[in-house]
Amino acid sequence: MSEWKDLTNFFRGRSFWMLHYCTGCGAMELPPTMTSRWDMERFGVIPMATPRQADILLVTGYLSLKSLKRLIYTYEQMHAPKWVLGFGSCTINGGVYWDSYNVIERLDKYLPVDLYIAGCMPRPEAILDSFKKLRELVEKGEAKGYEKYVKNYEWYKANQDRVLKRTKPVLQKPEEVTRSA
Amino acid sequence: MIFLKLLEGIGVGLLSLTVGLLFMGLARKITARIQRRYGPPVLQNFIDVFKLFSKQSISHGFAFDLGLVAGVSALLAAVVFLPMGQINLFPHNSSLIMIIYLMTMAYLGMAMGVSSSGNPNATIGVARALTMMMGYELPFAAVIFSVYIFAKTGSLTNIVAAQGGGFLNWNMVRLPFGFLAAEIALQGMLGEKPFDMAIAPAEIASGPMVELGGKYLGFGMLQHAVGIYLETGIMVDLFLGGASNIWIFVTKQFELFFIALLINAVLPRFKIEDGVKFMWKVPLLLGVIQALIVVL
Repeated sequence: MSEWKDLTNFFRGRSFWMLHYCTGCGAMELPPTMTSRWDMERFGVIPMATPRQADILLVTGYLSLKSLKRLIYTYEQMHAPKWVLGFGSCTINGGVYWDSYNVIERLDKYLPVDLYIAGCMPRPEAILDSFKKLRELVEKGEAKGYEKYVKNYEWYKANQDRVLKRTKPVLQKPEEVTRSA
Repeated sequence: MIFLKLLEGIGVGLLSLTVGLLFMGLARKITARIQRRYGPPVLQNFIDVFKLFSKQSISHGFAFDLGLVAGVSALLAAVVFLPMGQINLFPHNSSLIMIIYLMTMAYLGMAMGVSSSGNPNATIGVARALTMMMGYELPFAAVIFSVYIFAKTGSLTNIVAAQGGGFLNWNMVRLPFGFLAAEIALQGMLGEKPFDMAIAPAEIASGPMVELGGKYLGFGMLQHAVGIYLETGIMVDLFLGGASNIWIFVTKQFELFFIALLINAVLPRFKIEDGVKFMWKVPLLLGVIQALIVVL
């Protein structure tokens, strides 16, 4: 049984289908990584169009509160096994947006990040290196972020709710105004 | 006896899946080389299918499951009727009609499955795929009509036998307009550019495949693999004089697929209405001219 698991992990590590959630300037580093200059298809990584088909969620750059909500929807639509890659210093500690009122600082409070790519911006070489590192983790059976998310869902959900509360509109709705008056 | 036939049928099915997946892998490698990239390993598509079948999957209901299974199995059933080299399991009297019928069944099954997922992108993709089908089936029907009349038989075995005895007896040389029309229709059947509007990833998020994940996407990939094998195989039997053994058959198939790939690598995508207009102008005209030449 463990041989079968090893074989599965071996193949999973060699066929990462990637969904890139491009909000910030990190999107700029991906076209050279995909196309002829650095060619990430060498490692079996190809960009996919929908979360259903993807194995990796690559979060490039900062996440405003509203886009965090969409990212969580996207993550929960993906099929297990799935992995999250945090790209750039924005997902680690907020980066240049560290004191913004509307941007989250640490991504792994809200989603289980398996691997961070440090830098502002990380070069395409760093992205390719992260795929290699993730492959090693998957082959050893250590990249288990999706199981962690299910197991600690209350903690993640509480964190998400705490920040997403702030996305509610500040102005009152018209009918509420008339009622209070 | 029946049991043996059944085993042979399963063998032919596995052969078509393997060759189809290998062709898809080679396609990715060749496209990569055209774009001056290194490209994935040739066996990458086998890895992908294995991974997809090891993933968790979400079903969208009974029609979804049924449609996808029908899509693969109808194509596998059609492959059994295809004479490939010395392998000819069911030398049926009108195998050509049978194959065309089963092929349409497969695409309708797929359409039923993916549109039951309820995603609007999938519905748009299916609508485009069926519109495109209307586009290429018409010239292809004209071509088949002329081959039918020319060979005076609907059996692929007899059509292949009639082309024996050298290159000049091939239908490719005897029916040149029909061959050209069928080549263009093949481009549409394979879903290669410029006729890949059904699965346009940038505008409708890969169309019919939008809600497929895990095992379901695996079935989609297998269907594409058998589809490649079947469609190029029909062309080899109809126009390239069949083959004396399976290796020559697969080589001839690959030649046709390679031409389609080269066209795919350099052309952009048609809009759906332009694609159908093109199909109904150029290949249909060629097919009708060929049919008129054969009839008169």
